[in-house]
Amino acid sequence: MRKANTTGIHLGIDVGSVSTNLVALGEDEEVLASVYLRTQGQPIAAVQRGLIELEAQLEDVPLEVGSVGTTGSARYLSGVIVGADIVKNEITAHAVAASFVVPEVRTVLEIGGQDSKVILLKQGVVVDFAMNTVCAAGTGSFLDHQAARLGIPIEDFGSHALKSSSACQIAGRCSVFAESDMIHKQQMGYRVEDIIYGLCQALVRNYLNNLAKGKEIVAPVVFQGGVAANAGMKRSFEDALKTEVIVPKHYHVMGAIGAALLAKDSIGNGETKFKGFGASSIDYRTSSFNCKGCANNCEIVKIEVEGTVLARWGGRCGKWEVQEVEEEAAV
Amino acid sequence: MPVTWPHLGNLEIVLKDLITAAGQPYILPPKNTARTLQLGLRHSPEFACLPLKITIGNFIEALEAGADTLIMAGGIGPCRFGYYAQVQRAILNDLGYDFEMIVLEPPAMGWKLFVDTLKRIAPGKSLWEIAKAIKLAFRKGRAIDAVEREVLKYRAYERKKGATTKAYRAALNVLDEALFEKDAIDEAKEEALGLVYGVEKDVDRPVLKMGIVGEFYLLLEPFVNFDVEEYLGHSGVSIERSVYVSDWISPGNNNIIGGISEEEIKRAAAPYLNHFVGGEGQATVGHTVIYAGHGFDGVMQLFPFTCMPDTIAKSILPRVGRDFDIPILSLVIDEQTGKAGLITRLEAFLDLLWSRRMQREKRLLSV
Repeated sequence: MRKANTTGIHLGIDVGSVSTNLVALGEDEEVLASVYLRTQGQPIAAVQRGLIELEAQLEDVPLEVGSVGTTGSARYLSGVIVGADIVKNEITAHAVAASFVVPEVRTVLEIGGQDSKVILLKQGVVVDFAMNTVCAAGTGSFLDHQAARLGIPIEDFGSHALKSSSACQIAGRCSVFAESDMIHKQQMGYRVEDIIYGLCQALVRNYLNNLAKGKEIVAPVVFQGGVAANAGMKRSFEDALKTEVIVPKHYHVMGAIGAALLAKDSIGNGETKFKGFGASSIDYRTSSFNCKGCANNCEIVKIEVEGTVLARWGGRCGKWEVQEVEEEAAV
Repeated sequence: MPVTWPHLGNLEIVLKDLITAAGQPYILPPKNTARTLQLGLRHSPEFACLPLKITIGNFIEALEAGADTLIMAGGIGPCRFGYYAQVQRAILNDLGYDFEMIVLEPPAMGWKLFVDTLKRIAPGKSLWEIAKAIKLAFRKGRAIDAVEREVLKYRAYERKKGATTKAYRAALNVLDEALFEKDAIDEAKEEALGLVYGVEKDVDRPVLKMGIVGEFYLLLEPFVNFDVEEYLGHSGVSIERSVYVSDWISPGNNNIIGGISEEEIKRAAAPYLNHFVGGEGQATVGHTVIYAGHGFDGVMQLFPFTCMPDTIAKSILPRVGRDFDIPILSLVIDEQTGKAGLITRLEAFLDLLWSRRMQREKRLLSV
């Protein structure tokens, strides 16, 4: 009984710790435009820049925006900024996108900037998942850092790994020790490509033994997130799992695709709350203050437009929590 | 000699009465705040678990406020908790505080030690008086836990968001103010339950049923678990929890609030883990099996980083989940203060539980 809104495009916005991704899906759920930006610690500015770029890419598309969804760790903040119809966690968004691209998918491996996830599905429904909690070893930021240290552009990191004929053994349990181990191997004179491939294998080992521990990984396996660009990681996963690993075409913006699909699904024939691409030129102000209500001294964050409070959060007790106080505030 | 003890959920309501009955003044540590955590982090070994760190923070803040006699629970078994009182004594001594520490070891360490400890807490009181006070304290403790149990179960049905939490606070107040006498406690319990039952409910609302298992301190102290139960209640989840304060202090088969006896827990866990591994390890597995058997939608496990018993349980739970076809979310909590990561995982878990529920209903309709 899915009644899709057939007129208009559907936007998905995924604001993560490292990257901010936006996509526009067409009437047939095809990707019309996609933007991949660095968040650089400024989610609002990143979303606004993203909207400008997305609008430019959509110049020749005569369709109106039918719905918009946000996801990622800044999903609530970006939801307020753009006027989201749906705000969804990134685990669900990634699962939705993966099963849209590969309908029979059973396992999603997702490695982003600061976090990694494993999601298990059955008939398109998530049946189990895990997301790293206290350790960020093996995520994109660490690979970024290692690439910079070796003087290799991150884009080429994976292809270097593919050149390796025999991987070095690298300790992958903790990224700090992995780094010392890599330096040690370098000083011994090992070839860079063997070290890089060894690192990929160590990260995959850590991922499978820690995050995915006790989870049955069944094919088809889809690998997505920024790190899926790394062919060395893909090869390491294939070696370890002894199965083909599918990297979808839009692997780096899958969260945003998921958010767009969810938005399209949720809007039905309703009106979108999208504030328009003009949201990119609005002067959003964020400020924070310490609540003196109790000894917790919670730091409350406030987002305002021209004196009107759009949202407020950050307290333990929920007394300051305001969201979407006035819909028309940003118009 | 003002006595103090670390925070643990609603434990203070009972201990205040008990220490007063023992003829002693008391000072409560200030409420758990970011400062408590920081003090604990600064003065604790890095590899210890969060419960040690927060309770150190409690003791330091209570000592600053003028307390000089610290009561801490002991314990035996592989869990490090049993040794924390000794570690805390050493740390606080090194910091230069002048205090006396009374470690309440379980009777299993020897009845003589147990009785001697009680006599130190209540000097000049007869054993009969002490026993009577403890009995009353359990009466009050169980009353508090019974109220909390209803709150966890029914918050998801409230018509007005926050009404249950408000009623719960009022109910705790009634119990807190009740005189330390049998009849007064019983009356207060009725009144408190009445307040919670009086919250207007929407009984037709679809809600998820979730069991919460794991390490007792993380489950019982809302400061460290980010009030996760309130969040879940507001997200439409009715909760059963594996441990309550009075059950934790007095395990056994008498008037248990959680409703599941030690024997049942052990029996349920046996196919997966048939011996004690310290802390709540075995109970975590046992409760999960029982909750799965009761047809719960899902189970959440909470425990502090580096907790050995519950880490053992965590590695067993995926098998329980497969055997009983029930989703289990294991969450490790450490010193992080950002709630966002926890919320992301919970949101995804609730999405998962709802879509399973819908799939099941669809299947039932299509047959």
